[in-house]
Amino acid sequence: MITKQKISLAKWRRHTANVFLYLLLATLGVLWVLPIVYLVYTAFRVTPSTGIINTLVPDNLRLGFGNFSRLFGDTMFPRWLGNTLIVSVASCALTTVFILMVSYALSRLRFKLRKPIMNVLLVLGMFPGFMSMIAVYFILKAMNLTNSLVALVMVYSGSAALSYYICKGFFDTIPKAMEEAAILDGASQPMIFAKIVLPLAKPIIVYTVLTSFISPWCDFIFVNTIISDREKYTVALGLYKMINAEKNSFNDNFTVFCAGAFVVGGIIVTLFMSMQRYYVEGVTSGAVKG
Amino acid sequence: MPKTLYAFKDGSVYTRLSFPFMGFGQIARGQIVKGGIYMLIELAFALYMILFGGRFVAHLFSGNLGTRLSGEYWNEELQIFEKVKGDNSFLILLYGVMSIVVTLVFVWIWSMNVKGSYENDLRRRKGERIPSLKDDVRLLLNERFYAPLLALPFVGLLVFTVMPLVFMVLIAFTNYNYAHMPPGKLFDWVGFANFKTLFSLSGGTSGFAFVFLRVLAWTFIWAFFATFSNYFLGLAIAMIINKKGIKVKALWRTLFVIAIAIPQFVTLLLMQKILDSDGILNKLLGTNILWLTDARYLSLLPRAMIILVNIWIGVPYTLLMCSGILLNIPADYYEAARIDGANAVKIFFHITLPYMLHITTPYLITQFVGNINNFNVIWLLTGGGPVDNVYYGGGTQAQSTDLLVTWLYRLTTDRNPKYNVASVIGIVIFVISAVLSLITFNRTSAARNEGAFQ
Repeated sequence: MITKQKISLAKWRRHTANVFLYLLLATLGVLWVLPIVYLVYTAFRVTPSTGIINTLVPDNLRLGFGNFSRLFGDTMFPRWLGNTLIVSVASCALTTVFILMVSYALSRLRFKLRKPIMNVLLVLGMFPGFMSMIAVYFILKAMNLTNSLVALVMVYSGSAALSYYICKGFFDTIPKAMEEAAILDGASQPMIFAKIVLPLAKPIIVYTVLTSFISPWCDFIFVNTIISDREKYTVALGLYKMINAEKNSFNDNFTVFCAGAFVVGGIIVTLFMSMQRYYVEGVTSGAVKG
Repeated sequence: MPKTLYAFKDGSVYTRLSFPFMGFGQIARGQIVKGGIYMLIELAFALYMILFGGRFVAHLFSGNLGTRLSGEYWNEELQIFEKVKGDNSFLILLYGVMSIVVTLVFVWIWSMNVKGSYENDLRRRKGERIPSLKDDVRLLLNERFYAPLLALPFVGLLVFTVMPLVFMVLIAFTNYNYAHMPPGKLFDWVGFANFKTLFSLSGGTSGFAFVFLRVLAWTFIWAFFATFSNYFLGLAIAMIINKKGIKVKALWRTLFVIAIAIPQFVTLLLMQKILDSDGILNKLLGTNILWLTDARYLSLLPRAMIILVNIWIGVPYTLLMCSGILLNIPADYYEAARIDGANAVKIFFHITLPYMLHITTPYLITQFVGNINNFNVIWLLTGGGPVDNVYYGGGTQAQSTDLLVTWLYRLTTDRNPKYNVASVIGIVIFVISAVLSLITFNRTSAARNEGAFQ
């Protein structure tokens, strides 16, 4: 009898604890989702003719695609989207290849300068990127490359070797025995790289592709320094300028900005959702090691 | 170098001739392609130095960064004023550095050429075959496979990271600022004067040194709060979601993780607009609070808001990572603890937390360094502001929520840029990040036994 009561008491306590936790999770969840909901809502909102959009609930709750047609019709957004796509595809391909090559060399091959090179890369990676931005600009100018997308691709993939670390961590875990067996069978190093190590490294390749593809979509600082021609903007800089260029641009462009952010966000969300499994695998396998 | 000197003493005529004429030793021994490449490289280098690089290097070593401005100068011989293109300190320094880097690379290739020729001598003496082009290619694809792998990425690194860095470090020793902007005005070496400006206390409490200390202090306070608030909140939420009895775990996790998928600059700009003085938050609350621009109380409110917004951005990442690691904690530990009668609090402090900290210390330190350099959050939310002329003197161009990086950025992009001071700040940031990263790097077992899982 007593034990039964005790059990039900414990059950009840666990129950209330869980209710409390559910409430907490729900509150936090709402807090985390709310800004995104606000973004999406603003993107689809029909702007009143006055252009002031600083009321949460408008006079009428009408939704529509007006902001999107303004975004694609009145701004250079389609162009920026194309630019970003070109830059991100090119720099993603180059960066991934570079990172794979460097990590493979530093992880699987043994040579005299291996340790010194790793240390130098580590040290180089610790200078803040902004510091050299002006110098990069003038180097590009000397090459007659400012205001071109090629310059962006070069800058993004030029420092790829510095982020070899996660990928190398992954390569380190691939068993050496497979490689040795292949060597006995007469395989050359390039064959081992292409036929044995790369297929095993799929998660980390997807991770590298994903991160390097996305970074041009988010960078506006380098673009801002290198590119002054509006036609050559990427989406990040375009959207940034849309609401930060002039004092009053905020009220006029905020809904259009949200529409643009929705498009960019949508592209990235789709990418993430389709590759989420690999992304998490990549992060946890290469980045965190005790 | 001693090895090349020895090669000169001991080597054949071919090797000696390959000192001035690169590739000679190779071509004479039948390695036509290899020797030809060496010759082309020498030719290209000579042309580069004669046509372009040479004068910049010469100028760089002359001890100043240019003396003559553009303008009209009196020509005694012709008795007329002549338009003369003056020096440009900036280009002298930039192209000088570039040419020195090119020269160093050339010297390295040159010594390879000499050594290669000397190796051919040695082979000849032993009666061995001189390797053909095919042999060389085979070598590059096997024992020296690292060379073709590393070549291209390292060229990129040299051009877009090393050269600019050397250049900017050198700027720290010049007086390159708005008062010395080439080509209108020239700048010159000033030794350690910029370091003195930044570190000497003679400027008074609103001078550079005190402002620097304030910015440094805020940088560390921010990095501390940003790192640990994210970590512990992420851990807490992950633990709640992972708790037995909580249903629809995937849904809860997704609620938070959606935030990751939106690009950071978008969420930050959105937050900036939400928190704007006439943004939606004030409209909702019916208040008129300057969330991001209130300079009172040492800009306490903007600073707190920045950390709060950063929690919104950062927690999903730590949540994702922590929930993965939490699942890896062996269940036996908990089992044993429960049998011993430990309560939830004890279990957390004696099992979960130590385990998590053990695994994620490197992550925490990298996050800390990342936050010291977290440009985006500050720049997009407050732009470093609000302006506070009491504690951040006008001449320093610092503002109250500036981190070292945003201050550096403002110093280089402002209408009155101070590249010299910015460069010193960059060096300081480097030293801080380097010390912290080296600690991490040496403490992680990942670095010590990289072959543990092979």
